[in-house]
Amino acid sequence: MADVNVLVLRTAGTNCDRETIYAFASAGGKVQALHINRVLGNPKLLQDFQILALPGGFSYGDDIAAGKILANQLLHHLADQLHEFVEAGKLIIGICNGFQVLVKTGLLPGNLGQDLPVGGNGQIVTLTNNDSDKFEDRWVHLAACSKKCVFLQEPQRIYLPIAHGEGKFVVSDPAVLEALQKSDQVAFRYINPDGSEPSYPDNPNGSIDHIAGITDPTGRILGLMPHPERHTHRTHHPRWTRLPAERQPDGLAIFANAVGYFKA
Amino acid sequence: MNWRVEVSTRKDFPDTHGQALLSQINDLGITTVQALRFIRVFLIQAEADRQAMTTAAAELLSDPVTEDFYLGQSKPPPGLAKATTIEVHLKPGVTDPVAGSTLMALRDMGIKADSVRTARKYVMLGNVTDVELQNIAAGVLANDCIETVLFDPSGEPPSPDLAPYQLEVITVPIHELSDDELTKLSRDRDLFLNLREMQTIQEHFKQLGRDPSDLEIETLAQTWSEHCVHKTLRGVIEFNGQTIDNLLGSTIMKATRDLNKPWCISVFKDNAGVIRFDDAHAVCFKVETHNHPSAIEPYGGAATGIGGVIRDPLGTGLGARPIANTDIFCFAPPDMPREEIPKGVLHPARVLRGVVGGVRDYGNRMGIPTVNGAVYFDERYLGNPLVYCGNVGLLPIDGCFGEAQPGDKIIVAGGRTGRDGIHGATFSSGELTHSSDTEFSHAVQIGNAITEKKLADTIIQARDEGLYSAITDCGAGGLSSAVGEMGQELGADVELEKVPLKYEGLSYTEIWISEAQERMVIAVPPENLERVMEIFTGEDVEATCLGEFTNDHILRVRYQGTVVGELQMEFLHDGVPRYTRRASWTVPELSEPNLPESPDLGQALHDILAAPNVASKEWIIRQYDHEVQGGSAIKPLVGVANDGPGDAAVVRPLLDSDRGLAISCGMNPKYSDLDPYYMALAGVDEAIRNAICVGADLSQLALLDNFCWGNPDVPERLGSLVLASQACYDAAMAFGTPFISGKDSLNNEFARDDGTTIAIPATLLISAIAIVPDTTKCVTMDLKSPGNHLFLMGITKNELGGSHYYALSDQLGANVPQVDLSTAPAVHQAVAKAIEAGLVASCHDLSEGGLAVAAAEMAFAGGLGAKLDLAGVPLAPGVAQPEQILFSESQSRYLLEVRPEHYNDFISTVLPCHVGQVGLVTAKPSLIVVGARKNTLIDEPIEALKESWQRTLRW
Repeated sequence: MADVNVLVLRTAGTNCDRETIYAFASAGGKVQALHINRVLGNPKLLQDFQILALPGGFSYGDDIAAGKILANQLLHHLADQLHEFVEAGKLIIGICNGFQVLVKTGLLPGNLGQDLPVGGNGQIVTLTNNDSDKFEDRWVHLAACSKKCVFLQEPQRIYLPIAHGEGKFVVSDPAVLEALQKSDQVAFRYINPDGSEPSYPDNPNGSIDHIAGITDPTGRILGLMPHPERHTHRTHHPRWTRLPAERQPDGLAIFANAVGYFKA
Repeated sequence: MNWRVEVSTRKDFPDTHGQALLSQINDLGITTVQALRFIRVFLIQAEADRQAMTTAAAELLSDPVTEDFYLGQSKPPPGLAKATTIEVHLKPGVTDPVAGSTLMALRDMGIKADSVRTARKYVMLGNVTDVELQNIAAGVLANDCIETVLFDPSGEPPSPDLAPYQLEVITVPIHELSDDELTKLSRDRDLFLNLREMQTIQEHFKQLGRDPSDLEIETLAQTWSEHCVHKTLRGVIEFNGQTIDNLLGSTIMKATRDLNKPWCISVFKDNAGVIRFDDAHAVCFKVETHNHPSAIEPYGGAATGIGGVIRDPLGTGLGARPIANTDIFCFAPPDMPREEIPKGVLHPARVLRGVVGGVRDYGNRMGIPTVNGAVYFDERYLGNPLVYCGNVGLLPIDGCFGEAQPGDKIIVAGGRTGRDGIHGATFSSGELTHSSDTEFSHAVQIGNAITEKKLADTIIQARDEGLYSAITDCGAGGLSSAVGEMGQELGADVELEKVPLKYEGLSYTEIWISEAQERMVIAVPPENLERVMEIFTGEDVEATCLGEFTNDHILRVRYQGTVVGELQMEFLHDGVPRYTRRASWTVPELSEPNLPESPDLGQALHDILAAPNVASKEWIIRQYDHEVQGGSAIKPLVGVANDGPGDAAVVRPLLDSDRGLAISCGMNPKYSDLDPYYMALAGVDEAIRNAICVGADLSQLALLDNFCWGNPDVPERLGSLVLASQACYDAAMAFGTPFISGKDSLNNEFARDDGTTIAIPATLLISAIAIVPDTTKCVTMDLKSPGNHLFLMGITKNELGGSHYYALSDQLGANVPQVDLSTAPAVHQAVAKAIEAGLVASCHDLSEGGLAVAAAEMAFAGGLGAKLDLAGVPLAPGVAQPEQILFSESQSRYLLEVRPEHYNDFISTVLPCHVGQVGLVTAKPSLIVVGARKNTLIDEPIEALKESWQRTLRW
């Protein structure tokens, strides 16, 4: 079977690249990490890959706002290549800071096909400061919600850590939220352990509609604040000493689904 | 064209930062501010028209969904018409990280921008008096040390332009100086050199027949500073009629030599101690303090504390990749009344917030998990908070040693050099005073984590390609120390005008001793220079060749061709005079208190759980990313609700391996007031216990020592240091656990303006790092299942001296907990063996608050109850009172949970150590303690106990 080539894109301040590489490799992908300067120098490099991963971290120190500077680079130097990448049926995943980048490029949620209020650079959703006004590292329960997103299997429940200060998902207008829901683009929601509607800290940042991740209209771009690459080993679970040894780590499926999408 | 862009939160969205600041203003006791709005300001110099700048403001500088922008000076928002506005700008020369990224992003958009500066604007509604405004500015919004506050922001912001530098070589005439004049010279130049050292320098230059340049004097002061050479610990000490030649060498380092463990690869030599991890990898560990800077600028001081210690492993061997951080803080109680705060001192709550924020922002941005820490409160830390930062690194086992070669190029890589941190090494070697905050503001460095992250990423690539022969960090003393140390056996020739500067105007001496952050020096063979530069520039890291290592044993420094310093390496490194200090120790007169009989033990337990030293530190821990890098195996918070106090962290540095590292610490400064020897033993014992609790291998456990003491010229202070060092030797030998690295910070005293001083309690931090052969066998401290047995290992003695129980009655007591080195190693080994054999469901050590606190923590962390029967506790003769059994802080004790099916195997594994069956885990969620007469002593719901424990520091 042909290799599924995964590009983990690094830049100044990327810091979840190693574990993201490990997660994709565990899922059977052939992974390469490249610094953005390499890709800017030769944008054709993107063509060699089926999956583009934007890992977590603090690209450019979150200067101005989280993900903003890298998003600006992508918009002004690689916009065409990224659109070609998506058009070609390939996958993009942005985790935490990567999600913030995808939102700030407008790649997520993408064109919702309606006459919606649009801000500068076409952005209609954003990730902003947590209601707590501070960075927090904690584990959250998530429900996979989208049927179209190829990275997940609805109605799966998973348990992953978040670690961010700017993860509150908000929209420019209630109509945007409706459109997202209608087009099945809400990928993950924070839930209570019993499945009911969460409040803080189960919804750790105050996101509207408890949204933790969204997909684009094609279902092939996923952005999420929680870190699936941090739950790929039994001992990652914060309560693994209380759980049976055979329990599978929850984060792996997302990477396996992505690689499997091309192997099917 | 100068543009000003203001960005504020749109009214439909909460101004979370403004709200947080408002609550801090209320914490100051100021209630006149009804609302506060936070506005970000960009000052941009660019060839751009209004349309282009509007696009930049809309698409780059503001968030299109949540923020509004305004070109120019915005009017106060609606409803805040009569508001007061102030603006905070960085002082000239202070690093502005956002500015650099913004400049790059503007250029990405096609805007020809020349420079960017950022500022913060605050609009406050309410009848705020001028005095209140000053207090708000100084107490919450700005730090005068690095920032300028504009109370009338309609004026022009301060200009950062600095005049260019014209070379003028300064000679310091010292030949003819009298002793008084030498002392004065040292003081005037902030050299912190004593008379004997000044005389030695004078004599040396007399022999050379010339006077030194300012650069030479400064280089000697840096290299000879207490911070760099540890004159006190390596000097001669007269103590109780005995002469100790090199205290460090004859105690802590001697233990390492005597133990001679094959897995110790490099100890007390390099920037961090190195031990073997597996066949292909080693790990190194270093803990540093950054106390003085954190006292005057908590956020920046702590950030550069963690930034600096990360560069130690990065500069160890041929460079280690940082994999974990630790942080231990000592503060005055955060609820101290404002009127008790002396002049020149920041309120402890502000210091705490700032320090936590600094470690958080730097550590998180570096992508290094902060996995272990502690916070200790004592009023004596008021003027002198302690900030210990540690870093663990991973390196290839064949890359543990580096050595510069003659002809190697000297490359400085990373951040640019500015005036930040000048005299940091000498400053940190002296005493703080009420005016230090203004006199030494230049000694505070301002960090930029992303610069260091880029530097670390590229260094590791260059290391893996084998491109350089040695590496070290630019820490205390800046280039003078880094180049001086690397070239110690060789000589070096440096051209200072090549050093990239943040701004013009630095003299050659300032360039040479600046402690600007995020710089590393590497020695690169000429043939590898091109490839090294390619790696650095490929990821936007600035690197410059400053000169080369020679073989004439002379440190030669030039500026634009003129020699501005020429020192013999031998004099620089071996010329510092050794001198003798006197030490003494008077056993304090202490007595055990007479406390009322039949105390309310349940209430005492609640009160101890709520004591800030015991209380949950979740507020801090959650602000740190403790899971980045994907190796987290035992987190700092454990248990059924992820909020119980884990004993130690375990990380797996290699994602495809189950081999791990346990990282822990131990410290109890209060015991210093009773007996510094037993204080140190307790610190070692506690660090070891914490590591053992999670599953560490005692036979592969290494220790680090960090002494923070008062003025060593006071014989009693030095005496306690001698006793603590001797305890470190005794403990290391008894436990078979070598010390691999350490650091001391002396003169932690604060001089008030009335002439009185506050000395910190003698504070010894012991850090431990241990191999965990199989992390899937690790154990956490939360109770697991009803019906399981509870066992107590170790002997409980009447040792309430310095305990939390006595502290409830404001008593110190006399009976300090004494580690019994003849029995303690066997207890640690037995517990480790039982855990390794899979016989332990949960394990927690007994430390502050003793048995009662340990049992309560295990119960509420597990969401289960426990029934303890004190009749089962192994007791020393004469111990009978329940409060002694419950709250004694006797060392070398563990509480363990064992499943019924493991009962017999557990007992046979831990015998013949003292072990007692003390109770059962219960489904009923209460902690019940019964006494010897089956009388109920404590019956408290675990939720209530947990609430007491969580409430204190739930900020």
